[in-house]
Amino acid sequence: MAKPIELKGRAVVIRDKDGKPIDDIDTDMIFHNKYLHIKKIEEMGQYTFDNLEGWKDFAKKAQKGDILILGANFGAGSSRQQAVDCFISLGIQLLIAKSFGAIYKRNAINAGLPILQADIIDEKKLIETGDELVVNLQTGEIKNLTKNHTFKTEGMSQVQMDIYQAGNLFEYAKTL
Amino acid sequence: MGQTIIEKIFAAHSKDDIKPGKIIWLDLDVRSARDFGGANVIANLRKYYPNEEKLENKAKTVFTFDTVVPAKNVGYAENQQIIRDFAREEGIRVFDSEWGIGSHILIEEGYCVPGATVVGTDSHLNIMGCIGAFGQGMGDQDIAFGMKAGKTWFEVPPTMKVIIEGELQPPCSAKDLTLAIIRKLTSKGALGKAIEFEGKAIEKLSFAGRITLASMVTEMGGIIGFIPPNEEIISYSKARAKSDFTPYFADEDAKYVEEVVVDISDLRPLIAKPYKPDNVVEVASLEKEKIHVDSAFLGSCTNGRYEDIKVAVDMLKGIEVAKDTVMKIVPATRRVLGDLIKNGDLQVLFEARTVVSNPGCAGCASGQIGMTGKGEVQVSTGNRNFKGKQGSGMTYLCSPETVTASAITGYITSPENI
Ligand code: SF4
Repeated sequence: MAKPIELKGRAVVIRDKDGKPIDDIDTDMIFHNKYLHIKKIEEMGQYTFDNLEGWKDFAKKAQKGDILILGANFGAGSSRQQAVDCFISLGIQLLIAKSFGAIYKRNAINAGLPILQADIIDEKKLIETGDELVVNLQTGEIKNLTKNHTFKTEGMSQVQMDIYQAGNLFEYAKTL
Repeated sequence: MGQTIIEKIFAAHSKDDIKPGKIIWLDLDVRSARDFGGANVIANLRKYYPNEEKLENKAKTVFTFDTVVPAKNVGYAENQQIIRDFAREEGIRVFDSEWGIGSHILIEEGYCVPGATVVGTDSHLNIMGCIGAFGQGMGDQDIAFGMKAGKTWFEVPPTMKVIIEGELQPPCSAKDLTLAIIRKLTSKGALGKAIEFEGKAIEKLSFAGRITLASMVTEMGGIIGFIPPNEEIISYSKARAKSDFTPYFADEDAKYVEEVVVDISDLRPLIAKPYKPDNVVEVASLEKEKIHVDSAFLGSCTNGRYEDIKVAVDMLKGIEVAKDTVMKIVPATRRVLGDLIKNGDLQVLFEARTVVSNPGCAGCASGQIGMTGKGEVQVSTGNRNFKGKQGSGMTYLCSPETVTASAITGYITSPENI
């Protein structure tokens, strides 16, 4: 079954208490190494961001289908796959960051978690937590229905789309 | 618009549009795994593709054993046997414990040629830039996919240019040039970028010197560093290649994100102090401290060629290393060892009271030769001196000339004084 190209969901904007984007969120803040023994994806979600100042209760507040808006160098640090899987576990639909750590990007794409690179988190008036978004993964158009504003960014590459549609990297190889 | 070397190699191996920042599908000429990650790669292939063909092309898939060879404990022995069994089942080539460092084997045995694309489980696989090929180390899931699909995805990096002014004067060698570049760039200077090296000193580098420089691009933070192949490199590869190949060179109007000039006209022998490869100073500045050297290591994928070891042979003719110093020499490959035997060099090294072992990564990968104990000072021709990397001692990185000079006197010594 083909995965949707257009995603609809609630924005959750990861800023600090002063409203500034939090850059360089590393994999230890996303999924702390004390939980690395956990093997089941379903159990990972509850620990997401529990080491990130101001967002320790994220897992409780997150809703299935949420779209995260993030700062620069998201997922820096280790090659920990769990830092991607915990979002899949919570049903987060999409991550939109200013930029991603190189290994994190590989892991997210390989796991079939859609990501977009877009510099929108600084637009405080144009995007806030709770806004309704419609995002086209192919064109990169991000429509904020609540604020009636559209961001034009770059869509996913063919590679990301191929893997996303197949489910993950290993599933994609079976389609070849 | 003009293209850089990596853009040309990628364009020849992809149907996608090649632009820095773009993620593309990249066809792979060689997919490899070592004795360390190899067993995990196989576990992934077995798990995800239990009842189907696991390899896209057997002739392009190879395993190389180099981290701990021959296996020194049961864990390594078992991983190696998993690989042998799988390779026999599938009919693919294993370069077993006698062969040496995988990245060198891939070039020596004609798998990797100028312009080729290579992946493997070795984080220094970008060494392939030494002959103008693309190489990249990846995790075991990525490599399993590469073996199954024959391709991988990759984000096209921007290219920076590093221009060398001046020429190398003995006793400085390729390692000193490399450390001079790391001193300038630091460990982050090339982060996320491909490098193209340029300048007279670069053109004059031998095959061994090119290996030294390319192998330490990882320590500059770079994705890969290309040294445009000259006639010598092209004919070396031609003599070994399994099929035709095309070397790629940058266009005149190629676009670079940055240009860095490194002037080596006043270069003196350099050394990286523990525990960071970019902690570089002149060897001479350490001499008055008379830092006692417990062990001197000559080898690794950075300086394990015949030419590197010949430096020690020439310097040690007729003398012994210092009384309280052990010198350990590990050829990169079996062919290097073969040349040492043929040319009578082993006799000299034996009489100089050095340890010469079979080829491999040795202490760099926690193998037999080159591990250090607490408080032990080691001078090494390797590429990393992080805390705990080669045991609990302190490792200084320098050239074969400086390692040998220090082994002769027993303390850290510049070859200028020998
Ligand atoms: S010598 Fe060290 S850096 Fe080089 S391939 Fe072996 S383990 Fe890696």
